[in-house]
Amino acid sequence: MQNQEFTFTIYSENQVGLLVRIAIIFSRRKINIESFNVSPSEIESISRFTIVIHETEEVVKKVARQIEKQVEVLKVYYNTNDEIVWQELAMYKVSTDQIAEKVQVERLLRQYGARAVVIRKDYTVFEASGHREETDKLIDFLSPYGLIEFVRSARVAIIKASSGFHEKLKEFEEAQPGEEAVENEYLNKQEEVFSM
Amino acid sequence: MNSILDVEEQILIKPGTAPKAPAKEPGKLSGSQAVLEAFIAEGVDTIFGYPGGAIMPIYDALYDYSKKLQHILVRHEQGGIHAAQGFARASGRVGVVFATSGPGATNLVTGLADAMIDSTPLVCITGQVYAHLLGTDAFQEVDVINITTPITKWNYQVTDAAEIPSVMAKAFHIAKTGRPGPVLIDITKNAQLDKFVYEGYKRCDHIRSYRPKPVVRKEYIEEAAKLINEAKKPFILWGQGVILGKAEKEFKAFIEKSGIPAAWTILGASAIPTDHPLNVGMLGMHGNYGPNVLTNDCDVLIAIGMRFDDRVTGRLDKYAKQAKVIHLDIDPSEIDKNVKATVGIWGDCKETLPILTQLIQAKQHPEWLKRFNEHKQIEEETVIRKELNPEGEKLTMGEVINVINQLTGGNAIMVTDVGQHQMVTCRYAKFNQSKSNITSGGAGTMGFGLPAAIGAKFGAPERTVIAIIGDGGIQMTIQELGTIMQTEVNVKIVILNNEFLGMVRQWQQLFHDKRYSFVDIASPDYIMVAKGYGVEGQKISARPDLQNAIKTMLEHNGSYLLEVMVGKEDNVFPMVPQGCSVSEIRLS
Repeated sequence: MQNQEFTFTIYSENQVGLLVRIAIIFSRRKINIESFNVSPSEIESISRFTIVIHETEEVVKKVARQIEKQVEVLKVYYNTNDEIVWQELAMYKVSTDQIAEKVQVERLLRQYGARAVVIRKDYTVFEASGHREETDKLIDFLSPYGLIEFVRSARVAIIKASSGFHEKLKEFEEAQPGEEAVENEYLNKQEEVFSM
Repeated sequence: MNSILDVEEQILIKPGTAPKAPAKEPGKLSGSQAVLEAFIAEGVDTIFGYPGGAIMPIYDALYDYSKKLQHILVRHEQGGIHAAQGFARASGRVGVVFATSGPGATNLVTGLADAMIDSTPLVCITGQVYAHLLGTDAFQEVDVINITTPITKWNYQVTDAAEIPSVMAKAFHIAKTGRPGPVLIDITKNAQLDKFVYEGYKRCDHIRSYRPKPVVRKEYIEEAAKLINEAKKPFILWGQGVILGKAEKEFKAFIEKSGIPAAWTILGASAIPTDHPLNVGMLGMHGNYGPNVLTNDCDVLIAIGMRFDDRVTGRLDKYAKQAKVIHLDIDPSEIDKNVKATVGIWGDCKETLPILTQLIQAKQHPEWLKRFNEHKQIEEETVIRKELNPEGEKLTMGEVINVINQLTGGNAIMVTDVGQHQMVTCRYAKFNQSKSNITSGGAGTMGFGLPAAIGAKFGAPERTVIAIIGDGGIQMTIQELGTIMQTEVNVKIVILNNEFLGMVRQWQQLFHDKRYSFVDIASPDYIMVAKGYGVEGQKISARPDLQNAIKTMLEHNGSYLLEVMVGKEDNVFPMVPQGCSVSEIRLS
């Protein structure tokens, strides 16, 4: 069985520590995580993880079951790249002088689907989204013109075959509302708290 | 360790502010009281623990609950958690542990790992520094949540007293349902002290993200029944799932109707009596000859509540390749994990087995069963006879177990440590009732035996508890003799002393050219040590003394330590060498 890119989509409770619990299922097996995204889904109490790894399907299936076994995990899916639509967001900070002088900005924007987010006298920030190779190309293009800083987000992915996720989530939350994660209220109160 | 230095230190910093006594305001409880109320509501009556700075408020509250909650003061937190494991395994209930923050909590780690891999339901409460001190490297602060995440079924840190009732309810629900496991709740000191409006305790029976039992799919059970009905040489392997699922009766009904020979993993031992005609013995590296060899000859392999550990399967690419595999487990991640199932049946075997039993034809497999008996004969002649009726001068471990069988009738709980004595006990001990074999299976934790035996006695006080321990393992947790002394718990301790770390020595002999590297462990005078703890005992090394010594031990009023000197270089056979197939099992 061949190694290939797999994308996990995980719905879970929004609880302190769950990220670690999921991450160590990969590190225990010495699997490197290529990309890891977690943020609230459209339902506030439910988080959605998107995790990308390189492995065989056999391993991926077993890892998925280990993740799904965790008490606070609702559902795990894994997909190959042809089963999903995915994007990464990239931002590029370049010197405005250089870019204005030497590059046809309009061409740049059109060719790479980029968008200027901030334009200041000293620098300009472009944003582009796409697959890894696409955002990489723009780095190559901008490097000669004084790329100052670059950042890329983790992958987010939509499953092509999904149906009714949104409605199901809504119904689920309505039937059994989630609990808010309890955070430590005392961290900044060291001076106020008397501790015996 | 576990000093109360933090208390004194902080009083020095803020003089004149005396700590308030936990007065009971109407309708209000402290977090500590809420913890203990939760225990009572969950039917807990025994706690194994050790106090310290960060858990002092809970211990202070416990002072007022001592009539309802029996607290067993252990001598080391590892002893505490192993005792709770023994308690849980002997009683089928949840074991409960207290430990303080920092080193108290880290001392639980081995026990948590052991309970995790052996699916033992535990609720461990650790104290933690004040919430405002988290992350400041405060005295005895350790990030116990992150240390224990991979070895707990669930863990949670409480920083607010009001969370305690609902968190405790979740903890018990998670620990004991589905595939059981250890849960750790870390409670900051402020949350133990703070008072909150207590609205009573509500037991948890549902968590929206948690599915303890997978939905039973009858079509797979039908498929399995078809395979079983067509099978000529079917073979059953069972594990602890049968005991944890309290499905001993359902299991017995299944094997008796199907007439299929059944063998057990060491954690599954005792689910049906040893002398049941369809019980063909023990699986695995030091298991019986027939079950190992015939695994590679059966046509349908039916695995129930077991997880195909590598010590059971040997080399996987040569394991039961000829057979169709039916695997029943409550934990879906176990199906196809090590051995690919032809039919996987997710579910609690207490529910799935009766459906399967109904669908199968009543049968007998006399020819097939005869094959097991033939192999048993071979093992009897080459291994068992020598072990149980040795001709040599030195005592063997097997004959000690055999005499225990004769004198207890197979009614005792056998608790073992880890090593040669463990394998010998599992092989030769006779069991008449379930929950009688308590041993560290998946983790192989030396030092488990003595504290687990203490816990087992508290969990099943009406039963005789015998701890069989090697001269290596006993020295890892020998301090728990102090717990025996103080609680006067009645545990019979048998040290099988071969003056070696025997299992490692056996491997060094067989696979490392007899290069005995650091296995010649010296022992103290155990009888004198025991005497120091007020425990009676004696040491024997001659065969004529054996019967009487064990009789004396069993009849002694209270705990007793019997040290038996056994052959120094005796090996445990049969043995499936690592990297070999189960059918390549060696008889010598």
